[in-house]
Amino acid sequence: MKRALMIAAAAAAAAIAVPAAVTMAGDTLTVVSWGGAYQKSQQEAFFKPYIAAGNQLTEEEWTGDIAKIRAMVESNSVTWDVIDFDTGLIMAACAEGLLEKFDWSKLGLDRSKFIGGDLVECGVPNIVYATVYAYDTTKLATGPTTVNDFFDLAKFPGKRGIYKSPVVNLEWALIADGVPTADVYKLLRTPEGVDRAFAKLEGLKKDAVWWEAGAQAPQLLADGQVVMTQAWNGRIQNAVKNDKKPFKIVWDNQGFDWDWWGVPKGGPRVEAAMKFIAFASQPAAMAEQTKHIAYGPANMDAVPNIDPSVLGDLPTAPGNMGNVLYVDPTFWAENRESLTERFNAWLAK
Amino acid sequence: MAAVADSGVIDGMSLKRRLAIADRRGKLRALMLVAPLFLFIIVSFALPIFYFLTRSVYDPTVAEALPRTVEALKAWDGKDLPPEAAYAAVVADLTDIQAAGSAAKIGKRLNYEIDAIRSRVVASAKKTGAIVAGPYKDQLIAIDKIWGNRITWAKIKETGAPLNSTYFLGVFDLERSADGEIVGVNENRAVYKTIFVRTFYISLLVTLLTLALGYPVAYVIANSPERIANLLIILVLVPFWTSLLVRTTAWYVLLLDNGPINDTLIASGIASEPWRLIFSRFGTVVAMTHIQLPFTLLPIYAVMKGISPAYMRAARSLGGGPIYSFMRVYFPLTLPGIGAGCLLTLILSLGYYITPALVGGPADQMVSGVIASAMNSESNWGKASALATVLLVATMILYFVYNKLIGIDKVKFG
Repeated sequence: MKRALMIAAAAAAAAIAVPAAVTMAGDTLTVVSWGGAYQKSQQEAFFKPYIAAGNQLTEEEWTGDIAKIRAMVESNSVTWDVIDFDTGLIMAACAEGLLEKFDWSKLGLDRSKFIGGDLVECGVPNIVYATVYAYDTTKLATGPTTVNDFFDLAKFPGKRGIYKSPVVNLEWALIADGVPTADVYKLLRTPEGVDRAFAKLEGLKKDAVWWEAGAQAPQLLADGQVVMTQAWNGRIQNAVKNDKKPFKIVWDNQGFDWDWWGVPKGGPRVEAAMKFIAFASQPAAMAEQTKHIAYGPANMDAVPNIDPSVLGDLPTAPGNMGNVLYVDPTFWAENRESLTERFNAWLAK
Repeated sequence: MAAVADSGVIDGMSLKRRLAIADRRGKLRALMLVAPLFLFIIVSFALPIFYFLTRSVYDPTVAEALPRTVEALKAWDGKDLPPEAAYAAVVADLTDIQAAGSAAKIGKRLNYEIDAIRSRVVASAKKTGAIVAGPYKDQLIAIDKIWGNRITWAKIKETGAPLNSTYFLGVFDLERSADGEIVGVNENRAVYKTIFVRTFYISLLVTLLTLALGYPVAYVIANSPERIANLLIILVLVPFWTSLLVRTTAWYVLLLDNGPINDTLIASGIASEPWRLIFSRFGTVVAMTHIQLPFTLLPIYAVMKGISPAYMRAARSLGGGPIYSFMRVYFPLTLPGIGAGCLLTLILSLGYYITPALVGGPADQMVSGVIASAMNSESNWGKASALATVLLVATMILYFVYNKLIGIDKVKFG
């Protein structure tokens, strides 16, 4: 037994030690994003041209676990140089002092041209995206049209793919419970509102399949594991465009949100990170990205360069903006952790 | 020469002493051989784990951020609102942390104890700079009512001690009330007892299933002709050598609503709609049983291999029936193997993470999964550390009880 324990201990030790030994060093910039179709669009629009311009760059993926950044910054061993955040994450990380603050003039960017540019000190917005839900048109002939339908298991029986996070879900629960979109955050700031949202979500719990990485959502739908799934709009549109999937997006109360570039504090390549962000924020590069995924560029100067054929797919297209839920960044910066804790506890019960 | 040998003295040294020196050299050499591994384990395994586990009881966040407040609260008896001095201290401390830009950190720490207080602490810290003169109490309460609530102060006092038990109480679904009594937490947060019970339940179930499935197979292999036994052993070992992640992913595909199993069930008319195999307790237990099977089977097989067939022949020739002989003679001889296999599977099962995460639903997550979400999505390392400590101690107790009942020296891996 002792021998077996020793072997197990040694194996575990090796597993811990090896990744530490191969951490990147030198001038190679490490850019971290959300994988799948989104990261692919960034490769085409930003990473490849950046490398072609004579720079070294390597990629990683993450699913929004700030703890990793915290561990890097606290132990003074930052290996991620540029990270793609959503709004709640970047505000939380910024408030915790984990990120560098940006000097926009040094970046050579006009802050006023960026949608939401003044929201966060530690971030440069790169895209606007929407959390929507989508369904398989071959499975549902008369498809759902509203967020209420997503919660209506009587009218549309079958499993739902849902992002494993309280963000957007609590809002949708209240909207499906009859709360006007404009009052959602006012209500969520009260304990009763949060209880009400969880009570409504409880009704979906039995039929929910929770996903964590953005690429899982179209996959669940393609596997037939769910009849409808929450997703980030670009992921669905790419599955339709590239894989010819019969998916349709429901544009109702979609969670309208940003992604941001952020730079962990005290890293060895902060200068290069800034250079990359300035590079990736140029109007031409941002317009190029829309060819590969239907997210709106945050730099308004990029809009005239967008190919007219993709304009209608963007979350910012007038046809998609009928009824929008603007995800409240301050609400989520303040409440993300406590609501995530409650959400996780609720899930694990 | 003979005289020298008789007295045992060569070059002025007694034989005993020389023997001791040679002995010590031998030991030193042996020690040097294991030293690299030993050092490696200490440096890369024992120390980091120990350091991480200390986070469950040691957390200086509050003491560092609110030093004057913690000092002023030392004299507070907790019966009423704290004295004016504490209010003055907290105003000074909050103003300082606001200037240092770390108000969110303290808000976050207090939020672990009091639901939804983070934003109110942060908002208070923004406003305390405007308070220039006393009395501080009423001005601070006017900023936010939390400062007129005893529980806020009780929690600052409790967490103000760098060594405190808040995380440990938390993982038992307990906390201290404003009066310092230990009470159950709000039911919205009370999940950890359920999760520990679930973890042990799933692990025990998997252990019993692997035993029920593995024992007969081990018997067949141990009693087959060598050529067939070798083939059977390979059939056991090939999955054993396959990565856990690969096998879990294979189960994921098999168990899907449109996967091969459900397709067969529907095609054969056994089921009219897909059974819920994936994201369920069923899927978790099946996949874990499959992965753990060799761990239970192989030690049992090794022990069975060493049992002479003469024992059973003797039992039968003395008049024992097949079942009686098996139960009284063969089975007791295999107990050390059963003990080793089951203990190994039980302890490994307690730490399962990736399999429940992939093929289980949220209600099938075990302690390791919860530790991961405490680490990653909640970034509450104190809680993660307390959960990990409880799991480690529970496993050690299990090992200890097992040792007392059966005796670890009786365990055989072959």
